[in-house]
Amino acid sequence: MNAPIIKIRDLHTSYGKRKILKGINLDIYPYETLVILGRSGCGKSTLLRHIVGLNVPDAGQVIIKDVDITQASEAKRDEILKRMGMLFQNGALFNSMTIGENVALPLMEHTPQDKSIIKIMMRMKLSLVGLSGFEDFAPSQLSGGMKKRAALARAIAMDPDILFCDEPSAGLDPIVAAGIDQLILKLKTALRMTIVAVTHEMASVYMIADRVCLMHDGEIKFLGSQEELKKSADPYVMQFLERRPDADRLDPENYYEELVA
Amino acid sequence: MSLKISNSVKGKTAVLKIDGEVDMFSSPQARNAIMELVKQRVPKVIVDLSEVSYMDSSGVATLIEGLQLCHKYNGKLVVAGLRANVREVFELTRLDKIFQIFQDVEAAKTNG
Repeated sequence: MNAPIIKIRDLHTSYGKRKILKGINLDIYPYETLVILGRSGCGKSTLLRHIVGLNVPDAGQVIIKDVDITQASEAKRDEILKRMGMLFQNGALFNSMTIGENVALPLMEHTPQDKSIIKIMMRMKLSLVGLSGFEDFAPSQLSGGMKKRAALARAIAMDPDILFCDEPSAGLDPIVAAGIDQLILKLKTALRMTIVAVTHEMASVYMIADRVCLMHDGEIKFLGSQEELKKSADPYVMQFLERRPDADRLDPENYYEELVA
Repeated sequence: MSLKISNSVKGKTAVLKIDGEVDMFSSPQARNAIMELVKQRVPKVIVDLSEVSYMDSSGVATLIEGLQLCHKYNGKLVVAGLRANVREVFELTRLDKIFQIFQDVEAAKTNG
């Protein structure tokens, strides 16, 4: 196996007094699709934000291509981040720009490409996500699913080495969601991308994941292949896969105290 | 990393051979080479990609622009010798439907 392209070492972070990540250790290998899975609030999006350098951890390292981005100079970090694409959960498109301008922006800012080539690349990326002909639309004129696809087109504008996707298929109808998953698979092979996707949609996991990382309460509860996931006897893994709700552990006395305090 | 590019023009046909990884930073070099041939209005340009180990979307966009410019003077631009991974990029971007793709330069000379 190749050396990891991303190494996460003993990563801790908290929001106020609440610990969100409790010592995460994780290796991500070139050209794999790693899916980070877990229920809402388990820390998976926070982990992603730390990997792409948007959040600073309390402690620990995020080493990408041998550079610890938690300690690197701004110039070094920018150099690494330019080779990464990020699809944000809410799309994060610039509302003052058209869809075409949103996709072209990273190419204009970071590459020596001529405007005519950038225009072709922008249209190619919009076509890839099924948005041909929408380049002059404003983000506000698109549906939620279309915005997500436009954001994916922007995330892959630079043909990144590593593509991070936060909930790539959330809020999409099943056909569009399957199309996005299929596109992720094609990108991985054709453009030699490493893909890290955060999701809680199992259909998506089964379609794209080479390995699955299941998080629970700020820790990694399971890391392995899809087959290993299905065979796992861990009670939490089983509960998650079988979609069983938590047992009702309400203590009536405490509950009463909470309400009248 | 820079590309090695050579071209030979014989009669109405030019063979442009590209060697290396065609990416966001090297593809402008390929663009300049195609532009030179377009300026000369060479009737048929064969782009030999047999030594291209990687091509990203800026590379294929560069070829599309070349194709468009050749069409403007009724010229042709075809590609030959695609490795499997480069062919995948063409397929991903659905350009296999737009370009004439040949097994090798000889086939492109004869049939293209």
